[in-house]
Amino acid sequence: MTELARLTAITKSFGGVRALQSVNFDVQGGEVHALIGENGAGKSTLMRILGGEMTASSGEVYVGGKRAEFRDPRAARAQGIAIIHQELALAPDLSVAENIFLGELSPFISWNALRRRARALIETLGFNIDPGRRVSTLAVAHQQVVEIAKALSRRVNIIVFDEPTSVLSTQDAERLHGIIRKLRSEGVGIVYISHRLEEVLRISDRVTVMKDGEAVGTFPARDMKIDDAIRMMVGRPMAALFPEKRPRQIGEERLAVRNLNAGRRVRDVSFSVRAGEIVGLGGLVGAGRTEVARLIFGADRLESGAIILNGRETSVKSPKDAVALGVCLVPEDRKLQGVVLDAPIRVNATMAALSAVTNTFGFLKNAHERTIVTDLGTSLRLKASNIEAPVSSLSGGNQQKVVLAKWFHAGGDIIILDEPTRGVDVGAKSEIYGLVLRMAEAGKAVLLISSEHQELFGLCDRVLVMGEGELRGELTPQNYSEENLLSLAISRRTHQAQGGA
Amino acid sequence: MTMTAASEQRRETKRGLDFAEVLQRFGTLGIFVALVVAASLWSDSFLTRPNILNVLRQVASGAGIMAIGMLFVILTAGIDLSVGSIAALGSVLSAYFIASSGYGVTTSVLFVILAGAACGLVTGAFVAYLKLPPFVMSLAMMAIARGLSLIISAGRPIPLGDGGAALASFGSGFLLGIPEPVILMFAVFIGGGVALNFTRFGRVITAIGSNNEAVRLSGIPIARYILAVYVISGALAAAAGIISSSRTGVGSAQVGVGAELNVIAAVVIGGASLMGGRGGAFNTLLGVLVMGIIANIMNLAGVPGYDQEVYMGLIIVIAMLIQYGAGSLKR
Repeated sequence: MTELARLTAITKSFGGVRALQSVNFDVQGGEVHALIGENGAGKSTLMRILGGEMTASSGEVYVGGKRAEFRDPRAARAQGIAIIHQELALAPDLSVAENIFLGELSPFISWNALRRRARALIETLGFNIDPGRRVSTLAVAHQQVVEIAKALSRRVNIIVFDEPTSVLSTQDAERLHGIIRKLRSEGVGIVYISHRLEEVLRISDRVTVMKDGEAVGTFPARDMKIDDAIRMMVGRPMAALFPEKRPRQIGEERLAVRNLNAGRRVRDVSFSVRAGEIVGLGGLVGAGRTEVARLIFGADRLESGAIILNGRETSVKSPKDAVALGVCLVPEDRKLQGVVLDAPIRVNATMAALSAVTNTFGFLKNAHERTIVTDLGTSLRLKASNIEAPVSSLSGGNQQKVVLAKWFHAGGDIIILDEPTRGVDVGAKSEIYGLVLRMAEAGKAVLLISSEHQELFGLCDRVLVMGEGELRGELTPQNYSEENLLSLAISRRTHQAQGGA
Repeated sequence: MTMTAASEQRRETKRGLDFAEVLQRFGTLGIFVALVVAASLWSDSFLTRPNILNVLRQVASGAGIMAIGMLFVILTAGIDLSVGSIAALGSVLSAYFIASSGYGVTTSVLFVILAGAACGLVTGAFVAYLKLPPFVMSLAMMAIARGLSLIISAGRPIPLGDGGAALASFGSGFLLGIPEPVILMFAVFIGGGVALNFTRFGRVITAIGSNNEAVRLSGIPIARYILAVYVISGALAAAAGIISSSRTGVGSAQVGVGAELNVIAAVVIGGASLMGGRGGAFNTLLGVLVMGIIANIMNLAGVPGYDQEVYMGLIIVIAMLIQYGAGSLKR
C-alpha cells in the first residue's frame, strides 16, 4: 500500500477554542479508513483541512509524500482529493450531466457528448440515471450517486465520505458500499465518516476514533468491537444504547387511519396506534412513510381516507388543526422543518403552544416562559450554555431535543417521530431513545419512522413495513430481523397486515 | 439545565462572531452617532432646535410612519413596494372625503386608513394564501393604487378646503413643543417595538422570516400573520398620506413617488435582513433618522437636488457595507 496523504500534528482553533488538538491521520491507497466520534469531535473539521476548505492553525499536510498547502478546495481537488459532504452540494435545478461536469464546462457545450459521458460514468457505479433529469427530481440516494460521479469525473486519489448513509435506506447503503469496495480495489484511498458503527466496522480496514478534538487512536477494524468503539468515543462504557423497557400499560386506540390515499406516494394505508404503544414504520427511503406522517399532521393534502383521533373521526386540514387535536410531529428534516435555527432555545421550545406563555392580549409572559423552558431543558438534559442560545449553536442531538421539548410543552398525546436520530451522535441517540420510552410510559401513542432497523427493533412494540406507498405487513418482536423487514419492504403486492414474513 | 460547555458546532462558527455581533447590533447606532457628531461639528445650525424639529417633521411625513409596517413585512421575508402609492391614495382620498363627502375629519381619516388596510389585505391575501411572490404582488398593487389616486383626483391636487382645518392644524400643530406628526411617528415606533418584543405577533412574524416551514409545522397559522403584516403596512402607508395632506393642505396623487425605496433603505440601514427574521424597531427608527439627517445636511450644504439623489445612493451603499460586512464576518 502506498501512502496517499498524511496529516501531522494538526491543530485548529476558532477564536480561542481548540477544535483540533495535534491530530495525526493518514490515508493509504486501497483502504477504507473510517473516522468515528461524537458530533463535534472534530471529524469534519479535520477532513475540511485535508480538502482545502479550511487551513490548519498549525501542523502539516502531506500529499503523495510532498508538503501541500491548499488555499482552497480547487487546489486540493487538483491533487485528487474529493469530499462528499453530508449535505450534498449539487445545483438542484441543473441536470445530472451538468452537475457532474459543472467545474469543467467549456464555453461551448456539446450536450450529447456530455450526457454520454455522464451516463457512462453513472453506469460504472452500477446505477441507471437519466443524465438529462433535473437533480431536484431525484431521490436522495440517486443525488448521492451524482455527487460521487462528480467526484470521479476527474482523477481522484482520495474520496472522503462524510456521513454518506445517514439519509440512505439499508438497501441503498449496501449499494454505496459496493461502490466503495470497487473504488478501494482500484487503489483509491477512502475516508469514511459515519455514526452507524456496525457498517463502519463492516466496510473499513482501519478505524480512527476521535474525541474532543483529539485522535484517541487508530485501530484495525477487524479487531474492534462496537462496544469498544462506543466507549472510546463517549469516554465512558455504555452498557446498551437502548434503555431498559419497563412494562407499559397499553390503553385504548389513540390514532387510527383508514384507507389513506395521496397520489402515488400513499395508497390505501390503514393502521392504528394505542395509548402507551410504540409502533414503528419501516421501509426503504421513498416508501411513503414520511408522507403518511405528514398527512396525519395535516401538512399535506389528503385525497381520501379517514383519520381517527381518540376514537373520533376528524378532518385535519392543517398542522394547526392537528396540534389542537393533540398530534405532534418531529419532522424528518430537523433544520428545515423542525427548528428555527436563528431563534433562541426559549423561542423554539414554546412555539407549538404559545397560548400557554401569552396572556389574553397576546403579550408574552417572559418570566413564566423562562421557568418553563429551563425546566424542560433540565428534564430533557439539554446541553446548552443557556436558554437564550440560538438553536444553531447546538449539536444535532441537542437541536432534536429542542424539537422534543416543543412537543413536551405542547402536551399532545399522539407523537409522530420521523427519523428522530438522523445525524445525531451516539450519546444523544441513547438519550432520545429514553425520551421516546418516557413518552410511551406517560400513555402517549408513538409512531416512529426510522431507517435504522436496530432503532425500530430496539424501541417498538411492533413494526409496520411500507413499500411503494402501501402497507406491506407487520412485524412483531418474535420475528424482528433485518431480513424479514427487507423482504416485506421489497415484496410486491402482498396483502396488508399479514403478519411477519 | 445542564450548563456544560457549548457544543463544538458553536465553536466552529465562533470565529469573529463577537465583533460581527456588535457591529450588527450597534452598527446603525454608530452610523447615527457619527453622523450627528460630524454634522454638528460641520454646521452650527445643525444642532439647533428648529433644525432638529425640521428633520423630525420631514421624516415623520415621509418614510417615518411607513417604516414600521415595512419592517414587519421584511421580517417575514417579504417586501411591500406599494407603500408610496398607497400613501398617494391616502392623500387623495383624505382630501376627497373631507372636501366633498361631508363626513367629519375623524370619520374620513378612519375611512382612509381602512382603504389603505384594504389595499394591504389584497396584497397580503395573494401572498399569504396563493403564495405569489411579494415583490411582484406588491408591484402590482403599487401600480393599482397610484392609478386609483390619479383617477380619483383626475390628476389634479385636491384642496382640503374649510372642512380640513382640523387636519391642517394637526399637520402644523405642536404638542409640548413637538410637532404632532412627530409625536405620532414616535408613538407608532413605540407601538411597533412593543409588538415586536413583547407579543406573540412579533415573535411569530420574526420566526416566520427565519423558517416559515418550522413555524407552520408547530401548528401556527402562518398565512394569517403574513396577511396581517401587509394590512398593517397598507394602513400605515395611508396614514402617511394623510399626514402629507395635513401638512400641505392638498391631496395629491404625486405624494410618495419613490417613497417605497426610501422606506426599504431606512429599514435595511436599520440592520434588518431582506431575507427575513432579523430587524428591530429602534434600529429602524435610527435608519429613518440617518436618512433624514443626510438629506438635511445636504440641504444645509446647498447640494443641488439632483446631486442629492446620487449622494443618497452612495451613502446607502456605505451603510450596507457596514451591515453586510458584519454578516459576512460571521461566515
